[in-house]
Amino acid sequence: MPENPIIDETKCDGCGLCVSVCTCGGLEIKNNVVTSIAGVKCGWCTMCELVCPSGAISCPFEIVIEDSEA
Amino acid sequence: MAIQLASLKSIPYFSGLSDTTLAPIVKYVFEKRAERGEILFFEEEPADVLYFVTEGVVKVFKTSADGKEQIFGIIRPGDSFNDVPVISGGKNLTSAGAMSAVTLNGIKKKDLEAIINENPQIALNIISVLSRRVKELMTLVEDFSFRRVSSRVAKILLEYMGKESNERPRLTQQEIAAMIGTAREMVGRSLKSLEEDGAIRIERNRIIIADQRILREMAGVS
Repeated sequence: MPENPIIDETKCDGCGLCVSVCTCGGLEIKNNVVTSIAGVKCGWCTMCELVCPSGAISCPFEIVIEDSEA
Repeated sequence: MAIQLASLKSIPYFSGLSDTTLAPIVKYVFEKRAERGEILFFEEEPADVLYFVTEGVVKVFKTSADGKEQIFGIIRPGDSFNDVPVISGGKNLTSAGAMSAVTLNGIKKKDLEAIINENPQIALNIISVLSRRVKELMTLVEDFSFRRVSSRVAKILLEYMGKESNERPRLTQQEIAAMIGTAREMVGRSLKSLEEDGAIRIERNRIIIADQRILREMAGVS
């Protein structure tokens, strides 16, 4: 399971809206493309996915049954 | 800070207008900045200003008596908000809050009226913007009125829940929305509702099915 949002660099237009809403400071724009900052733990608020106008960011949820967690 | 013509041109209200037409409008436009989390205005306050987002993201929302928030729209650069009450007169229909540090351009109600009177093309642009807004809201109304979104989200979770520990499926809220034909905002709201009912728990990037019986009841399946 990814620890950070999944970024599709081919879709990202570098607008930076995701960076501006990120509450944990885990995203930055590098070479006009958003990237996750190593070492910053994402809180999975999914705001970056919500505001991205080009659908470049995905925050997938793993769906598990309670008794299969172990 | 002076408002630039180029900035105005990127706003649908002013698209297709020449520099000569736009130049006198600039004097009516003012800039406002806000920090993340700041409330820009509350619903039921007098609607005095129409805003355009130039930088950052704004959410337009309503809050129920028990504190639940329903997001009506995410406003990105180039888009406007608070149009309807400013044009029709009255009070703000929603609240608005900055989701990030934002820079806004604002036009006061009385100034907007002057601009429209002097520039019929702007009136046509506004009709186009408002028509799109009505279309979006109709979709939302449809979701509220005819569809049990929570029940369909519950059904999707039941269909996709991991049956084997090494093959746990993953879904984004956007994907769930696309699967059941609703807005992503509605999925977020439904997940919260399912969590309040005790059917699921959301732990960071995991949706844990806490009570399959409740979830099945919500989904209407036996």
